[in-house]
Amino acid sequence: MINKMFSDELEKISWEETTKAIYSKTDADVRRALSKKEHLDVNDFMALISPAATPYLEVMAHLSQKYTMERFGKTISMFVPLYLTNSCTNSCVYCGFHISNPMKRTILTEEEIINEYKAIKRLAPFENLLLVTGENPAAAGVPYIARALDLAKPYFSNLQIEVMPLKAEEYKELTKHGLNGVICFQETYNKANYKTYHPRGMKSKFEWRVNGFDRMGQAGVHKIGMGVLIGLEEWRTDVTMMAYHLRYLQKHYWKTKYSVNFPRMRPSENGGFQPNVIMNDHELAQLTFAMRIFDHDVDISYSTRESAEIRNNMATLGVTTMSAESKTEPGGYYSYPQTLEQFHVSDERKAVEVERDLKKLGREPIWKDWDQSFDFKR
Amino acid sequence: MEKLVIAGREFNSRLFLGTGKFNSNEVMEQSILASGTEMVTVAMKRIDMDNKEDDMLKHIIHPNIQLLPNTSGVRDAEEAVFAAQLAREAFGTNWLKLEIHPDPRYLLPDSIETLKATEELVKLGFVVLPYCQADPVLCKRLEEAGAATVMPLGAPIGTNKGLQTKEFLQIIIEQAGIPVVVDAGIGAPSHAAEAMELGASAVLVNTAIAVAGNPVEMARAFKAATEAGRQAYEAGLGLQADNFIAEASSPLTAFLNK
Repeated sequence: MINKMFSDELEKISWEETTKAIYSKTDADVRRALSKKEHLDVNDFMALISPAATPYLEVMAHLSQKYTMERFGKTISMFVPLYLTNSCTNSCVYCGFHISNPMKRTILTEEEIINEYKAIKRLAPFENLLLVTGENPAAAGVPYIARALDLAKPYFSNLQIEVMPLKAEEYKELTKHGLNGVICFQETYNKANYKTYHPRGMKSKFEWRVNGFDRMGQAGVHKIGMGVLIGLEEWRTDVTMMAYHLRYLQKHYWKTKYSVNFPRMRPSENGGFQPNVIMNDHELAQLTFAMRIFDHDVDISYSTRESAEIRNNMATLGVTTMSAESKTEPGGYYSYPQTLEQFHVSDERKAVEVERDLKKLGREPIWKDWDQSFDFKR
Repeated sequence: MEKLVIAGREFNSRLFLGTGKFNSNEVMEQSILASGTEMVTVAMKRIDMDNKEDDMLKHIIHPNIQLLPNTSGVRDAEEAVFAAQLAREAFGTNWLKLEIHPDPRYLLPDSIETLKATEELVKLGFVVLPYCQADPVLCKRLEEAGAATVMPLGAPIGTNKGLQTKEFLQIIIEQAGIPVVVDAGIGAPSHAAEAMELGASAVLVNTAIAVAGNPVEMARAFKAATEAGRQAYEAGLGLQADNFIAEASSPLTAFLNK
């Protein structure tokens, strides 16, 4: 059997034509999409993120809130990221961990990792942990990640990773060590320009990255997180490609749960890269509402890249998952609070403050929503 | 009102409650009490089973209430059976709401795995209440496997769409030798009343109460609607108008009077 991959599908979709189609959407297209209520297709999504939909922002907010309440209730799922290493062989032009950046590199030891886990548990009753690494398979590859997962099990009930794309067998191997989910940002679906931002290293290989999601699906990963980095290319086109990708994955790997992220680029301390496009708060809200109306069930995640104000406001309108009190430097919770961070967070509230604010908004933060007993077969 | 009996236990209330999606454990508890329910289901994945002081659980446990742990999150029979055994130990009850929905979007139950797990769990001594498709043949098979009730869906979970599967629910109710609990999709008290009028033994409601503007008041409304629907069923509904439209001016049976 020849396995088709998403890159084969993507070949059939023209970036330029898609951009043109989005900007040609009319008021009637938007109204048609909004009248559908459910089972919207990517064409409808394009209408909802188009400039033609901006007069409908309030209507979209109401629909987004309604659908989110039906499916997720009055809850927000909480997670915390832990950077295990800032060591990286890639040279992404926008990233503080860029290989040529003369910074101190750290790979946490086992003892340090445990100290971080304990320190996190002192902040709040986090149960959803996201382990993050740069790409350095020789020094912090699959065996290292597997060990970190093993060490995490006594402290956390749900374990996710955000690391370099792996082989399907490697994802499978990690599920034996307790892996529940994988987050990977494609950054951009613009293949023609992809290499400008990712000139060297494994990350420069567009197909390897974009087909990584198929490999996760084939390995039976329970939850897959997707994202485009807002600031590189025309965002409306990029998120449309992600919507195509989401529908493709849902069809092929139907037992997997999906989440989407739209991280807006933050200034990294050494990258010096200036975003090519800026997405303002109105546009972020429009995109979030559009995504929820397009897909009532997809998890929409806002990290601490976003300000406390926008996170609080969006918590009742479509967002379903949030991180809190995140440190974006390896060992940032305990071992090395001073090491160089990947990007500077915008929301600096403590986890307990985020919790308090959510409760004030009438939302219950959910810390635990998985049980390791469900993973016994691994 | 007739008492509902499941696996030898009597219930005065025919309204079962789910515990997800509330904006706080306090509001959840008040809603439970306001609803008069005696059966409350809780997802084992939400509970820290090693912690006797788990905050959510503390707000559910009550002397009159049968705790009904559910297996939401498992994806096949094998996982369900394993999880059920842990739940039995942790919660101290052999009652179980069996939920196997490998599809995370619409949370639709896997009929094949649900039947397999029911057979297995009954052998292990569980009181099994399986969440299932509104499939009359499947419901008979679950009954034969020893399920304590069947819990067919009215519509996909969380949609509040009411009894979209009404035709099949009526067949299930007609054929069932065990209680039929309509689960999922009940979005308004009128839906609950409708299910009870059809002869359902009970309804399970979660989203419609949890996401209401005032969950506690909504819980009361569901209590009233469930009771009204049941009373109407027991009283015997009057003639349904649409069955009597055919009193035409030249009756088809006029020839009999010639």
